Parts: sequence; C-alpha cells; structure tokens
Amino acid sequence: MDSRRGSRFVIDPKIRQVGFVPAGCESENPNASSAVAAIANVDVNPTSDSPSPVMIPPRLADPLPRAAPLPVPSPPPRKHTSVEIPLQGSYNPTDSVLGTSPPFSPASNGRYAGVPSSEGPDLSPSFVSRASSAMEGMSLREDHLGSPSASRFATVGEYAMFKQQQPQQPATAVTKVYASSLPQEPVQSFAPVGKEDSSKPLKERTTKAERRAKQEADREAKRIAKESAGAKVVEGEARASSNVVGKASRAQSQKKDSASEKRLSAVEKASEKEKKKEIPAPRMQFDDQSRVAKAKKRALIEQTETKHRVELFRHLPQFVYGAQLPSLEAKFFHDDAMHPHPAVYQVGLQYLTGDITGGNARCIAMLSAFKELIKDYCTPRERTLIRDLTARVNNNVSFLTTCRPLCISMGNAIRFLKTRIAKLQLTLSESDAKSLIIAEIDRFMQEKINYADNEITKLAVTKIKDGDVILTYGSSCVVETIILHAFSLGKKFRVVIVDSRPKLEGKGLLRRLLGRGISCTYSHINAVTYIIQEVNKVFLGASSILSNGTVYSRVGSASVAMVANAFHVPVMICCETYKFHERVQLDSICFNELGDPDALVKIPGRKGLSELEGWSQSSHLKLLNLMYDVMPADYVSMIITELGMVPPTSVPVILREYRKDPILENFATFGKDSNPIKFFRASLEYYRAC
Amino acid sequence: MVAPTLDAQAAVNDFIYKLKRRQVEGSLVTARLTAVLLRQVISQQRLASSAPAATLIETVKSVGLRIIAANPIELTVGNVVRRVLHIIREEEASLELKSLADVNNTILSDDEESEDASSFSAAVVAAANRNVLRAPSLHNLLESLPSSVTATCNASSGGESECKSKSGEKNSKVWRLKHSVIEGINELLQEIDSYHAQVAEQALQHIHHNEVIMTCGRSHAVLQFLLEAKKKRTFEVFVAEGAPRYQGQTLAKELADANLQTTLIADAAVFALISRVNMVVVGAHAVMADGGVMVPVGLHMIALAARRHTIPFVVLAGLHKLCPQYPQNPYIFMNDMKSPSDIIDFSDISDCLDGGIGSPSLQTVNPTFDFVPPDLVSLLITDIGGHTPSYVYRIVAEYYSAEDFVLR
Repeated sequence: MDSRRGSRFVIDPKIRQVGFVPAGCESENPNASSAVAAIANVDVNPTSDSPSPVMIPPRLADPLPRAAPLPVPSPPPRKHTSVEIPLQGSYNPTDSVLGTSPPFSPASNGRYAGVPSSEGPDLSPSFVSRASSAMEGMSLREDHLGSPSASRFATVGEYAMFKQQQPQQPATAVTKVYASSLPQEPVQSFAPVGKEDSSKPLKERTTKAERRAKQEADREAKRIAKESAGAKVVEGEARASSNVVGKASRAQSQKKDSASEKRLSAVEKASEKEKKKEIPAPRMQFDDQSRVAKAKKRALIEQTETKHRVELFRHLPQFVYGAQLPSLEAKFFHDDAMHPHPAVYQVGLQYLTGDITGGNARCIAMLSAFKELIKDYCTPRERTLIRDLTARVNNNVSFLTTCRPLCISMGNAIRFLKTRIAKLQLTLSESDAKSLIIAEIDRFMQEKINYADNEITKLAVTKIKDGDVILTYGSSCVVETIILHAFSLGKKFRVVIVDSRPKLEGKGLLRRLLGRGISCTYSHINAVTYIIQEVNKVFLGASSILSNGTVYSRVGSASVAMVANAFHVPVMICCETYKFHERVQLDSICFNELGDPDALVKIPGRKGLSELEGWSQSSHLKLLNLMYDVMPADYVSMIITELGMVPPTSVPVILREYRKDPILENFATFGKDSNPIKFFRASLEYYRAC
Repeated sequence: MVAPTLDAQAAVNDFIYKLKRRQVEGSLVTARLTAVLLRQVISQQRLASSAPAATLIETVKSVGLRIIAANPIELTVGNVVRRVLHIIREEEASLELKSLADVNNTILSDDEESEDASSFSAAVVAAANRNVLRAPSLHNLLESLPSSVTATCNASSGGESECKSKSGEKNSKVWRLKHSVIEGINELLQEIDSYHAQVAEQALQHIHHNEVIMTCGRSHAVLQFLLEAKKKRTFEVFVAEGAPRYQGQTLAKELADANLQTTLIADAAVFALISRVNMVVVGAHAVMADGGVMVPVGLHMIALAARRHTIPFVVLAGLHKLCPQYPQNPYIFMNDMKSPSDIIDFSDISDCLDGGIGSPSLQTVNPTFDFVPPDLVSLLITDIGGHTPSYVYRIVAEYYSAEDFVLR
C-alpha cells in the first residue's frame, strides 16, 4: 500500500507538468487563448469521429477514467464560441434555428447539401482561421505543411483520392446523435470535417436527410444568383462533397471570385491536413462483403479465409495460416511497381512466420525496411517524388498488413513517415529528399524508441526496492530491460513470470533472465491468483495505450491486472509514448487480432492429449486464439512513459501535447546532440510558464 | 478403541494407499469409494449389545480419521465420513424413539398414568422427532434448547427399557441398527450417483435461448447440465482450456459432439470475452461452510472477471462436496501443488540451471485449486436446489451433526 501511495505522490507534479493550463491566465497571452480555442474546437466538432488529440478539456479536474465514446457536445462552451467568434460570410444568427425561420434555413442548408446539419461550417472556417492565427507556432507550421501538398491538387476531390481512398470511419452513430439533437441546439457549429468524407456515409444511411438536402439544393439553384460571396465558400465545399447537388454547385463554383477561393483553399486544406492527421488509421471491417472483395482484388497475396470463424469476430480477418506462403514465393520475382521492396518482403515474411514479434521489434524492423526502400527508390519520370513515394509506401504497408495486421504503434510510425514525406519541399532534389527522410526515420527510431526505452528504464527502476517481488506477464522488452537494469544496480528482488498458452512468450523471458543470473518464479496464468498474494508490484508492457486510458496489450494482461487490482497490488504499465493512440476502445472484441487457431491444439510437453486433432471436421467446434485484450484504465496504477510517470487519465493529455509536434519541429533546429527528453521537459516547462 | 475386522482393515489400507498415491481422484469417485468402504466396515463390524451405536461411531471415526489423513486435500472423504456418522446418530435416535413409543404404549396400556412420565415421554418424542426429521425451521431452532435435558432422560429411560428387554430383543435391535445404517449409506450412495442428474434437471430454469455460457476446464456436472439444457434450448458455450490440465479441450470436444455451438478459448482470453457472456457455470471441488468454493485453478480469475461485468457465477456442487469446515487460508492448507513438469519442461531450461552455487534458482508454482470467496459466487446449484452462498451454513447444519464438525 505504501508503495502505491508513494507512486501517486511522484505522479502528481507530472500531471501538472504535462500541461494543464492554469485557470485564469487564458486571456492574457496568445498561447493560452490558443488553448481555449483548442478546447472550443473539440466541443464544436462533434461529428469528427476521430477522437482528436484534444480529447479532454484541460480544465476538467477529474477526467472520467473511461472517456465517453461519443463526445456529445455540451452547450456552454458552444455558446461561448459563438459569442466570441466574429461572424463571417453569410452567416446569419437567425439561420441557426432550424425550422423556426423557414425563409433562411433552406438557404443555409442548401449550402450544405449532403450534410443535414448545416449551419456550422460557414462559421467554422472563420473559426479555424481565427484559431490558426491565434495558435502561432503550430498553425503556422500547419499552413506551411498544408500549402505544398495543397497546391499540387486542383480539387479537394483529388486531394481526397490522394489520401489513398482510406475508408473513412462511418459517422453513423455520431451523426445520428447530432441530427437528433438539432432542434434543441440553436447554434450548431462544427469545424469543416473533410466534407467528402462525412457526407458519403450520410448519404447511405440517413435517407431523410438526403431528401431534404436534395430539395434544398434545388431551391438553392434557384436563388443562386442572389447569393453572396460568403455563401459560395460553402458551396465550394458542397461541390466537393455531394454528387446530388454536384452539377448545380459546380456551375456555381465557376463564378467564384478568386479571393474567396484562395481563402477557402487555404482554410480547407489546412483543416484537411489536420483532419488527416487526426483520423486514426482506418480499419478494415471484414464482415463488409464488398470491401473484402475489393481488398482481395488489390491484394498481392492470395489468402484463404478459414471456414471456422467465431461469430463474434467476423469483422476481423482470419486466414488459413501458412496458406499465403506459396503465393508469396510464386510472386517473389515479379517485377511490378506494386511489388514490395525486397527488404519489406523479408520483414513481411518474418512477421508471417512469427520470427519478429513485439511492438518495438516489429516497428524497428519495418522502419529499417522502409529506409532500404527509400534508399533504393528513384522517382519515375513524370511523377513527383512526394506522391509516388507515398503510393509506394502505401503498397508496401498493405503488403505488410496482409502478412500480419499492423499493430497500433506501427500505424503511428507509418503515419509519421507519411507526414514527413508529404511535408517535403517541392524544391528539394531527389537525393536530398531521400536523405532527409532517412534521417527522419533514424531520428524517429532513436528518439521515440531507444531514448524512450532508456528513459522508461531509468524511471521504472526507481520503483523497484530491495525485497520486492515483481510480477510480469508474457515477455515485454521494456520490462526485461528494467529488470536487468535493476539487477545490475544490485537491487535484491524476486521476479515472478506468468505465462500463458499458446505463445508461452514468458519462457523466453525466463531463459534470458536465468541466463543473466536472476532467480525467477514461473507459473501459468491460471495460478496468478495464487502467486499474486506474494507479489507487491506488477510490471506490464503494452502494445498500445488508447486515449481513454485503456491499455491494449497481449491477451491475458488484463486478467493479470484485474487480479492484481483485486489483491491491491499496484500495476505499472511501461509504454513509450509513440504507442499512444487517439482511438478509444471499450472491449477487446471490436478491434483485435486473431491468431492461428491451430496453435491451441497442441499442448507442449504432453503427448497423450490430442482431443482436438481434426477439430475442423466438427461444424460446431471453433477455436479462438485472440492476440490482444483491453485492460480498463481503472486497473492501471500508473503508466511509465519516457515523459514521466502518469496516471491513465493523462494519456489524452500526452496525446494532445505531443501529437501536434511543434516541439519535434523545433527539435530539428535545436541541435541533434542534445538529449531530446531533456528538451521535451524544457519545452514542457515553457508551456507551464505560459 | 474398536478395531475393524481384518477384511475391512485390508480394504481400508488399500483405499489409503490409493488416496496417498492419488490413484483415486475426483470428488465423485472418492465419495463413492469412501461410502462403499464405510459400508463394508460397518457391515463387518461385530457390535456389542450395549451401546451398539457408540461402537459404530467409534469405528467409523477411527477409520475416517485415517482415510482423511491419507489425502487431506480431498475434502469429500471427510464429508462422507461425517455423513455416515450423522446417519448412525439419526438411526440411533429413531430406534430409541421407536422403543420409547413401545414403552409409552405399554405404560398407557397398563393405565399407570403418572404426570411426570407422560410429560417426559412427550418431550422425548418431540426431541426424537426433531432429530429424525430435522426440518429446517425456526421452531426447531428454538426448541433445541431443552434437548440436553431430554437427552439425559433419554438415556435413563433407554436404560430402563433395555433392562426390561430380553437378549433376543437386544440382538434384533443391534441388527436393526446396523441394517438401517447400511440402508442409509445405500441411500447416500444413490444420492451421490444421481447428483448429476438432479443438478442437470435444474438446467432449464437457468439457461434460456441464445444464451452464451462460459465454463473452464471439465466437470462432469457441467457437461450434464449443459447437455440437459441442450435438449430444449439452443445456446453457445465458451470453454476455457483450464491450464495445466487442459481438460477444457475434452469438454469442448464432447459438447461439440453433442451439437452444441462451442468455442474453445485460451485461459488468457477469458477477460476479453467475458463481457459477451451471460453466465459462468463451473463445477466445484468443495463447498465450504461459509459458501466459498474450492474450484480448479483459474476460476478465481474468471469469478473476478464475472464480478467486474456483473455476470452470474454459478457453481454446481453435489451435497457430498459440502464441507462443514470454514476456510482457513485455503490457498495453502487446502491446496495441492502439482509437478512443475506440467507447466515447464526441464529440458527447456536445463542449460540455464547448472546447479552450481550462486546459480539462479527457478521456482515453479502449479497449484491445483483456487478458492472463490462467497461474495463472488452468485448461486450454488446442489442436488436439492439452488441456494445462495449465505445459506450454506444451514444446509451444513441439516446434513451433519454438530458433534462431527471436528473429528477427533
């Protein structure tokens, strides 16, 4: 109990450090007001499905351990923004009351065509522009990074295509909530969430809204001549968004005066950029027949789906294990632009066979392979490096995905790589660009993985005291380094390794620890309630930590944490911040990975038992080999990251503060020789001072 | 000290060896064998005509203590011994009641009415009745106060009646006692045998259509329970493997063969899936007097996960698994540590352990049982119906005599 109390004491200052803006100083300086704007942005943006980096408002003293899955906007902040933000364009406050003022509402709605809830966006560009002017460093950078890519695409549509046709997350639930709340909400304002993204699912699902949109579009066409310039801003968006009113609005957009267009594109592309960054990596739902068929056409490898699939997990891919290999072999010598780079190919095979496991190892292997890819890359004629390389990377990533679904940390790394590529200056020569990207990848590996692990080890070792009994589950490389480091410091402690079928990863850890001369206790997961009674600290690794504080890690970790929690043993999660993700998840079913079910059949070290041989003959028997599970935030005593030891409620804070990486940007100019962690801390101090 | 006959002695020794070598395992088999053994001991025991019941009790106790000591983890042995002792005490009481009734009849026929005698006899009849019927009611609890008073009269009046009776009658009485005790043990055996069916009968009350049920390892009672429900309902079962014995695989196969939609999962995936489960049904190793249950290892984790998601945790247990003891550190004293080879092969790690001084040591922990405290158990389904854990003490009081709770 003492240790737990002690750890909280340590944690507290860190929370403050991570960046709760002290109340009362908002109005004084630009930075603070940008923070306010950021809050407002969240509140104002209920349709954006992505839990944006700003997940919890900073001033919320006790953030809920499980963040609500739907960020339903609360009225007061919205009012606040509506008052604060100077109205632009054709926005008319009376428009806002939908239905009460019929003369106005069609016009305002018509501008929106596909989107039933209409009033917001004409307010939001102004809002965003204001916000961007307020947020100096960041949004300037934002613009800067938005412009090169923006200028390359004539239309938003093309830009969207450039975004690899990523299936956007359907905005169903959220939009429904939003639509139903319309009549009560006088001012519905939300930031322009990439129109073509949000409108598509809407068209499919809310037919009523669609009809209304169509009707209003017709009316819109009639009164089009009268419309002011500001209205056209929105029409431009509508054009991009909806096919229903496509013709009308396209005709409209021809007349657009150049000034408004420029402003539109700047604002829109900035927001596009932001949106793109914030959206979590799209997930393929494997119960969607058409999507699966499409993906199969594109796929490089032929995979046969298993027949015996557990009903609950139909949305997750499960292929016959090892069936991919022959087709992989057959296609190895194909010379195709779609073909993955040999280094990527090798890594993919290693994923497939399970030679590389563990989040960090997989991530490093992937990034190294991409480095090779970039080294060998040369831009084809009549192509630009940025676009072609991005497409190339996408092909390779999809290859890796077919080998084994990417883990969240890898998704983050890929996102990082892509933004770096997209941000390249057009003027750079090819060799310069390549070396720049390679340097960026190196820096990512150094800074986010190696430095981070060192820092986590340093922090976690302070939690190990003489006489401790430490429990760990499975095999986490960070926990292993922590144990080895603590042992090398001469601390006297015992290690309990809990393991589980079918992977038995703990055995490897046990061997390595025994090889280093550390005495261990080994057990299986069912005995954890027995062994936990002698344990006084639990250290676990994680595959990812999600924005609501849940820990996504190797299957069984949640059970161990639950038992530890029941016996009042503190649970410490060791995880680098690059594994944090904005996604939220409540259960282990919606998103997971299915392993090879046949792995469950054989019991190592037992000859007689083979009840399940030929299990696939039985139509009633199914085997389920889950790979990950989700640990609720309330089982976690603290999370040890390279930025300090934080409670799980601080995860969204870290995401908010570090995902926008202005600091990283500065770091590039700050000098490579200095310790980035120190620099992070210094910049944190700076934030606090503001 | 009354020693059993030679034949019985041999049987007892044989059973003790089997228990010690863990050749007899599983509470059902053990309970059956114990009851059969005690029946043999009793039937072969020569009984003195004076106080035959006391002799029987003495013999059963001495045998019972030895077989309990052979495998103290197998709590059913002790339970069956106590049940048999209880049967003997009951039969003794009912016989005495009968003889008393005879005495009363003779008294009434002689027309020698004395106030004292009639009042005494009435009290004795009531006490005997209570002993025999043992209906659990508040009335009986309140009435148990004068039992000590009546017990003394009981003895004196019994002695009086014995003085009157002839030697032939004595023999017949001993025979009758023995006979009825063996009858009682046969009933007990029948109860043990029919327990699965009795529990399974209640399945339809608890399982509805489209339900998802989770279980762990293999328990015959659970299998019967699910198969019985399968006759009327369609539902789905998640079976956790139940390391280190992995009997869940067997159960999954059996259930699938019975056309029940079955999914086998690893033990680690229990927490991930329990949120989609409607009920956890498991078999118990023993039920303690406080309502907590000793279960195969791993079920405490499942019980905690079920509590987290407020999913009912249902334990199936026969009455022979009901222990009058309270759990005192059950993880240590009522647990069995199995061989490490179940969880790790020595050859896997032999190169790391050279056995020299200062080389690292490896401990392996492989317990057999978990203790699930009563607050995590939603329902106990026994062969006499479903009960909450808090009611278990009352069932214990019904099926065991308080004198036998601690065997000495």
